[in-house]
Formats: sequence, structure tokens, C-alpha cells
Amino acid sequence: MAEALTFHYDVDGENFTSAGQASVQVKKNLRQLGFDPETIRRVSIAMYEGEINMVIHAGGGTADVTVDDGCIEIILSDTGPGIANIEQAMQEGFSTAPDNIRTLGFGAGMGLPNMKRYTDYMHIDSVVGEGTTITMKVNY
Amino acid sequence: MKVNELASLEGFSTLSLPDGEREICGVYIGDLLSWVMGRAKADDAWITIMSNINIVAVASLADVACIILAEGVQLERAVIETAQAKGINILSCSLPAFEISKTFFEKL
Repeated sequence: MAEALTFHYDVDGENFTSAGQASVQVKKNLRQLGFDPETIRRVSIAMYEGEINMVIHAGGGTADVTVDDGCIEIILSDTGPGIANIEQAMQEGFSTAPDNIRTLGFGAGMGLPNMKRYTDYMHIDSVVGEGTTITMKVNY
Repeated sequence: MKVNELASLEGFSTLSLPDGEREICGVYIGDLLSWVMGRAKADDAWITIMSNINIVAVASLADVACIILAEGVQLERAVIETAQAKGINILSCSLPAFEISKTFFEKL
């Protein structure tokens, strides 16, 4: 790949039923680029979890995906409340999601662990009261 | 086993079948959507009682072969239309998840 391909998405924080549109679009783009199904699955699930988190906790945000030689990078940024204790947030089953989110089948405390599970690199930058930026990389 | 074959079995009804030739290679049962995305494999049949619109996105991203709604759970028309537009197969069955999974014991 001569030059890295980049995609930018705005994640709407108001609309929970349309959450996932950015990840579905990324899935389509990667399929058109000829990526193998498992790489597409890993990238799109990791991104969907991040998107859902931004809708639940941060009132939306942005997603930037860069397709480069051997690596797909996903950067999710929001100006939400931030994560007070990242180590705790990374534990499977730990959740601060409200009950109405749980009735939809989310809020199981699996979002961040899944993002780590499906990526080769994940880093969380978060400042309470300012926002969170998550960088993930999937090698292919 | 193809999704078409499953849909034709007694007790199963079709809600959305845009990709009936899809092969089912395994089964995953679960209602917590992130859990499903973390554990279900591509080409699984996903058995659930969840019926909100997000199941379509989860099925698409997890790349499962079909969703099977257990216990006679019904879907709103908008969910069915979205599934058809996104190419997601959805079947429904009045049986509980365990009984539905027995269907696959000899066929997978």
C-alpha cells in the first residue's frame, strides 16, 4: 500500500438505535479493500464496542481509522466524563452503565475487555472531566 | 447445514432470509450483546431472546450465519426491515434455547 488510507466518522451520541453505523461502514470499506473476514471481524467488533461506549457514556465522539501497511489503527476520541480507574474498567464484568442500557443487552462490562481481546495493541488516555482517547491496532 | 434447511424445519419460521445459502458451522447461545461479540464465532447460529435493533448490528459485526429468536420472541417491523437491508438472516422458534440447540446435535 503506497499511502495510508484514512476514514473519519462522527459518532452520534443521541441515537442509541443507530449506534454501530461507523463500524458497519468500516466493515464495508475493509471488505471492499479485500481484507480477510477474521481481520474485518476483529476491527469492526473492537470499533463497535468503542462506539457503544461513546454513545452510553460520552454523548458521542469521533472515530478515525487508518489502514496502513500491515496494520489497521483505530482512534476513538470523546469529550465525555473520562475513566477514573482504567484498571478497574478493564476488568470483565465491571460496568457503570445505567439500567436502561442493560435492558438492551449492553452494559455487561465486556466492552473494553473485548476491545483488548480483538486487537493487538490498545492504549487508553483518559482525563476525568475532559474525555477519553483510545488507540487500537490490529495487525494483518 | 444451510440456513435455508433450518428455516424449512418444523417449528422454525422465517423473519428475514436474505442469505439463506449461508452455512451454519456452530451454535452460540447468549443475550448479553458484548458477551456474544466476544465469544460467538463467525458462521455460528446465534440463539437469543434479545429483540432490539442492536441484534442486527451485533450479528453483522460478529459475522454469524443467522439469529434464531427463542421462546417465540417477536420482532418489530423496523428490526426485520433493517435485517433484510443488512443481509442478516433471522428465524424464530417457540422452543427454549436448549431445545433449539438440540436440532444441531446431529446436523453439525
